[in-house]
Amino acid sequence: MNEYSVLNSRLPRIDAPLKATGLAKYADDLKFPGMLYATILQSPVAHARILNIDTSRAKKLKGVKAVITSKETGLIKYGVSPARYDETLFAHDKVRYVGDEIAAVAAVDQATALEALSLIKVDYQELPAVFDMFEAMKEGAPQIHDDYPGNLNAEVHQEFGDTEAALAECDLVINHTFLNKRQDAAFLEPHSCVAIYDLDGRLTLHTSTQVPHYVMRTVAMVLQIPVGNVRVVKPYVGGGFGPKCEATPLELSCAFLSRFTGKPVKMTYSREQVFLHSRARHQFFAEMSLGVRKDGTMVALKNKAILDGGAYTSFGIATVYYAGSLLGGPYKLKSMKYDGYRAYTNKPACGAQRGHGGVAHRAAFEQLIDRTAGELGIDPIELRLKNIMTAGDMTVNELDMSSLGMKECIEAVKEHSGWQNKKGKLRRGKGIGMACGFFVSGAGYPIYRSDTYHSTVVIKLSEDGGTAIVQTGSAEIGQGSDTTMAMIAAETLGISIDNVKVVSGDTDLSVDLGAYSSRQTLMTGHATREAAEQIRGILKRYLAQEMGCTEESICFSNGIVKFDGQPGNYDKLRSHYIKEHRGWTDQPSGEYLTFKEVARMTYLKDGTLVGTGKYKPPRLGGSYKGAAVGTSPAYGCSAQVVEVDVDLQTGEITIENMTDAHDCGLAINKTSVEGQMQGSLSMGLGECLFEEVKFDSRGRIVNPSLGEYRIPTALDMPNVKSIIVESHEPNGPYGAKEVGEGAIMPTIPAILNAIYDATGVRMNELPVTSERLFLALKKQEIA
Amino acid sequence: MKKIIKLTINGESVEAAVEPNRTLLQFLREDLGLTGTKHGCGLGDCGACTVIMEGRAVNSCLILAIQAHGKEIITIEGLAEGGRLHPIQQAFVDKGAIQCGFCTPGMILSAKALLDRNPKPTEMEIRTAISGNLCRCTGYQKIVEAIESASETIGSEEVS
Repeated sequence: MNEYSVLNSRLPRIDAPLKATGLAKYADDLKFPGMLYATILQSPVAHARILNIDTSRAKKLKGVKAVITSKETGLIKYGVSPARYDETLFAHDKVRYVGDEIAAVAAVDQATALEALSLIKVDYQELPAVFDMFEAMKEGAPQIHDDYPGNLNAEVHQEFGDTEAALAECDLVINHTFLNKRQDAAFLEPHSCVAIYDLDGRLTLHTSTQVPHYVMRTVAMVLQIPVGNVRVVKPYVGGGFGPKCEATPLELSCAFLSRFTGKPVKMTYSREQVFLHSRARHQFFAEMSLGVRKDGTMVALKNKAILDGGAYTSFGIATVYYAGSLLGGPYKLKSMKYDGYRAYTNKPACGAQRGHGGVAHRAAFEQLIDRTAGELGIDPIELRLKNIMTAGDMTVNELDMSSLGMKECIEAVKEHSGWQNKKGKLRRGKGIGMACGFFVSGAGYPIYRSDTYHSTVVIKLSEDGGTAIVQTGSAEIGQGSDTTMAMIAAETLGISIDNVKVVSGDTDLSVDLGAYSSRQTLMTGHATREAAEQIRGILKRYLAQEMGCTEESICFSNGIVKFDGQPGNYDKLRSHYIKEHRGWTDQPSGEYLTFKEVARMTYLKDGTLVGTGKYKPPRLGGSYKGAAVGTSPAYGCSAQVVEVDVDLQTGEITIENMTDAHDCGLAINKTSVEGQMQGSLSMGLGECLFEEVKFDSRGRIVNPSLGEYRIPTALDMPNVKSIIVESHEPNGPYGAKEVGEGAIMPTIPAILNAIYDATGVRMNELPVTSERLFLALKKQEIA
Repeated sequence: MKKIIKLTINGESVEAAVEPNRTLLQFLREDLGLTGTKHGCGLGDCGACTVIMEGRAVNSCLILAIQAHGKEIITIEGLAEGGRLHPIQQAFVDKGAIQCGFCTPGMILSAKALLDRNPKPTEMEIRTAISGNLCRCTGYQKIVEAIESASETIGSEEVS
């Protein structure tokens, strides 16, 4: 039975009616009087020196209000991590990829702005370019940034235990390589924003972002105005998945253009520009060795990564760390060694995307486990169970699994997929495969080094006592965080969710680092709970005094108040309330005192009732270099079984069944948890089978559209059996933790392991298109 | 040069002067302020701009406003009646078929066009009908469930 009144249920999302009726406003839906329209001039060449930029003809065009280049905006360097600020808003000496920003225009309408772009004349001196990460790291390769010789953007070397010695003692060591392809997040809503710079020097930026807080700081830094003068307001956002986790040239351009023109300025990326801006999943090359004992005990893992970063760093430093740190579990290892390299190339910059840094290497690792099981003659599920971590275990790189229902997830997918009756018993062409994975519930540290709170929340009661208003800077981007906070507030206050209103995504309301690293439920959830508890405390103190009882005897639940489980003698309070509430038609008459009455009476005594909550994780992780990346107060985990049908004549793959179990701690909203699980699997399926951003020989994207860059349609996705496994997470609010990203971890390797089971072909390069599998099958035939 | 067009949008007749190269999507969003119709790609790939024209689900980014002259159009703003959600909208809310919501208006209108001509579709017919509407959030499962559920609700309302 559910011990909660609001949590752990299937309440409809609070934003669903607005979205179902088309009334929910997204950035591009906003319009302001006098608003100008902006566009950005982007480089048509991949690598060139800029000899001259002539904007004079563009400036003279009728309807053009401002044209800006680096001359007007300056050369303040910015980026994601202060350790690698390598971008300026506009290129001034060099362009480094097709799409690099050079100038921006604001005009009375879109057509005029576009025409003005065509009048800007840029003289380029083309330079040799490099598009392949391996080539970029070779001696003599074209240099993309002067400060980074060899195009080496970042490197990581970590070792826990003596890996070579451990491998030497193993009975079996298998080596494996794996290559994925650059992905696009393909959220449905292109980036869009409206900047409004007031005459008093304050900027309001309405923008489609996952991280209002970081955008506020970056914009303030680049515009050189105080952080307090920047207000970032996030309207509804049409998906993010990672690439909307940083300030964009679109936001910075609009801010400058609004400052120069004194008008609201709007810009929306075209779909092609979304591809050019990218910041999505890197291409990774993984080289891995796993050593085990004869009985299947895992001993040592050696892991090497090469990442194609594109022309700038973006999130890349964190990405290259994650590719190593997220392999520490969920299996017990004695030692682990990681070497990671991120190379600059003349392509759009890659950044964070769902399962940040972990997805490709997880795919390689879980294939390697499958190969090891095959070699040892052990069932892949049994091999995993033999080595699985449980709650309280610490990974070899010091990540603390404070709760971990990994074993329960594996057992659940084993049972619900009918694994026992299928594994090893299917005809050729049909296959079954499984894999596991885990992910952080919020990064343990902010992107910039600071002791800042990660989330603060303010809850205010309306003066009539009937509504709790949750005010937070957190970012509802479709994952359901507004509903989660409403549910946590309602549960804690002991009222119905109908009496909670959430105002979010506004940096004026509270501090919140935003929607990335699957952090909102745990971190904003904690702060929401604390704010609600504070209000509950104020109401209890008032009641205890008025009623002459102890605070401990008072209980709020379902909108009513009980004293030691009884209605109590509240006559005086109620008659006062009724007198005060004269003329209204909703006078209380029930057996119990209501929350609303108490809140109103407390307001009359104390004024507006406000509760505040805050959260930051305790110090986490080891003391080695890079120990911060991968730390989290909690880890969600997932196991999946996939069944495929392969047409052996054509290589066509049909995903027949997917069974997914995820441990999210307490499921605040079960429907939303399933939604995250199913969405993750869909993205993983696309990445595994058909998604690849392709370039021509001059560094131009050849498929920058949702027609040619294929993501799964309703006809590609099977129905998924989604099983929610609920451990109790001691560090989560009400025991809750992540689901948004951990669920994508096992998808790709589970599909690849199933393809192997069906065909005997081990695919270690994505995407596994029919063509690629067909060729592999032919090669197998010849061999 | 602008042309005068007359058409019916959500039951109301509309008359306007539009440039011949203006798309129906631009006309709806920018001229009429009907921003429930979304712009996701401008190429007819994603289906976020789906509206119903003469009973068929169409991509409004691929239709010129002047081509809609004399036609009857339904947008997402035209579905809820008397402050009550349409059964398809209600099913999307109840079944958790909405996450970011950007594909939702187009998805609901594709579903409506389907159910209007085929009130009892099979799962495959539903999946085919929404195969031109991309969704990156949900994996489609809850959307399909919502459309199945709406089909039952509409069926039972018509009987009673």
